[in-house]
Amino acid sequence: MGMKSDRVIEIDHLSYDYPDGTSALREIDLEVFRGESIAILGPNGAGKSTLLYHFNGTFIGKGKVVVLGLPLIKENLKEIRRRVGLVFQNPDDQLFCPTVHDDVAFGPLNMGLEEKDIRNRVERALGMVGLPGFERRSAHHLSEGEKKRVALATVLAMDSEILALDEPTDNLDPAGSQALIERIRQIGQTKIIITHHLALAMDLCDRAVFLQAGRKIEDLPMEKLLQNRDLLERFGFDADLAQWMYERKKKAKNQNAK
Amino acid sequence: MRHEFLDHHSGVESPVHHLDPRAKVLVFFSFIFIGVSTPPHSIPVFMILVAGLIGITWVARLPLLHLVKKLLVLLPFLLMVTASIPFMKKDGLAGGYNLGLGGLSLSRSGLWIFWNVLIKSCLGVFSVILLYSTTTFPQLVKGLERLGTPRVFTVLFSFMYRYSFLLVDEIHRMKRARDSRSFGRRWFWQLKTLGHMIGTLFLRSFHRAERVYGAMLSRGYQGTLPGVSLKRFGLGEYLFLMIIPALLVTRLLWG
Repeated sequence: MGMKSDRVIEIDHLSYDYPDGTSALREIDLEVFRGESIAILGPNGAGKSTLLYHFNGTFIGKGKVVVLGLPLIKENLKEIRRRVGLVFQNPDDQLFCPTVHDDVAFGPLNMGLEEKDIRNRVERALGMVGLPGFERRSAHHLSEGEKKRVALATVLAMDSEILALDEPTDNLDPAGSQALIERIRQIGQTKIIITHHLALAMDLCDRAVFLQAGRKIEDLPMEKLLQNRDLLERFGFDADLAQWMYERKKKAKNQNAK
Repeated sequence: MRHEFLDHHSGVESPVHHLDPRAKVLVFFSFIFIGVSTPPHSIPVFMILVAGLIGITWVARLPLLHLVKKLLVLLPFLLMVTASIPFMKKDGLAGGYNLGLGGLSLSRSGLWIFWNVLIKSCLGVFSVILLYSTTTFPQLVKGLERLGTPRVFTVLFSFMYRYSFLLVDEIHRMKRARDSRSFGRRWFWQLKTLGHMIGTLFLRSFHRAERVYGAMLSRGYQGTLPGVSLKRFGLGEYLFLMIIPALLVTRLLWG
């Protein structure tokens, strides 16, 4: 893996309590390197989203968080948010403008870019998610799958160095989620993806981080996870399916090598 | 789910729909102002105003009858305000009923006041109906903003528009959830449930607002929404704006 200078996220002993006193994260350590794709796995309420919200300072907990060399403090939030794109789980939270164009242009506008540059970025981002020409549509007239893709486009238009996605295929039908997975695969940035879908994690990520009750309990390469029956079964994944996916991936890799 | 309860006809293709929203806001508001400032006795002015609105409806290829039906929203309010006015006695009687419970009589000035309220509110509401039937909501908001409406209001309008659809969805979902679990109860038992539903709706909206604000912050929001430009006025816009002096002349000649 990369050198120390390639480290884009550095989290040291991060804890976070909700205002009502519930502890959401406890003593989390995590390092993310440039170009990596990481799957964050774990049961509901394990603190996955809370951790994700720390990557761009939506939440700020106790402990050390350094993003792209910048400590997570108020003065750095503007810069950090420009460089880390966060896609929320519910696209209706992400899309708050009257039209698709306005939503995708929102980030670039806040970055103070020229109008022509903004138009190009909107066009390119919508192209990347496979929805060219959707600029004038309204969010409430889109299907769930289209909403999810526009939500992704809103951060792609910002050219962020890190993408943090909260359950990108949640609520989608199989064809819709497969289409979205293909789109995400083609994005070159560092990716951190919360998911419950092992297939998605295996397809897109090379590392898996497990959270449970606010603690990080595992951090291992994806290939190791697919062969770790105990761990998979403990979290309710189908270990046989994982084994089969692992074999298939290995076969595909070998064929590519030839 | 699909909703188009507000700007149902705003997607129609017509010369009026293609006009700059600012021109439309100005013209339709001048209909309202001139209508309101006309004394009730100036029937010709009202006739010309109504003819003007019907003319625009025709050019905009909108179904007149459908739009007139929307005026019915006004009816309950109008009735509440005006029901007693014709019976106010000020001058000579216009006519009278004897209902056996004592006399009910119509006064002439009361009837004029009734007419005044009726025609002006109908004109006003019909102008607004035409405005939002020929302009998409996002354009309307941009037009208002460019005409000097404070940002706070226009931002509020766009959020209201965007999230009214979700709110309606939310209400439908809760209503369905309630109906599938409550049957055979009398209506006054349901009042308590209704209270809970309203409370839940408020809490859900509140939490959504927090998440939306988080999403805005995540994309660099710092308290001001950057503006988006509108195209410049062309011949069509200037021609359309000529309606305003025409209305003014009408008002001064016959008012």
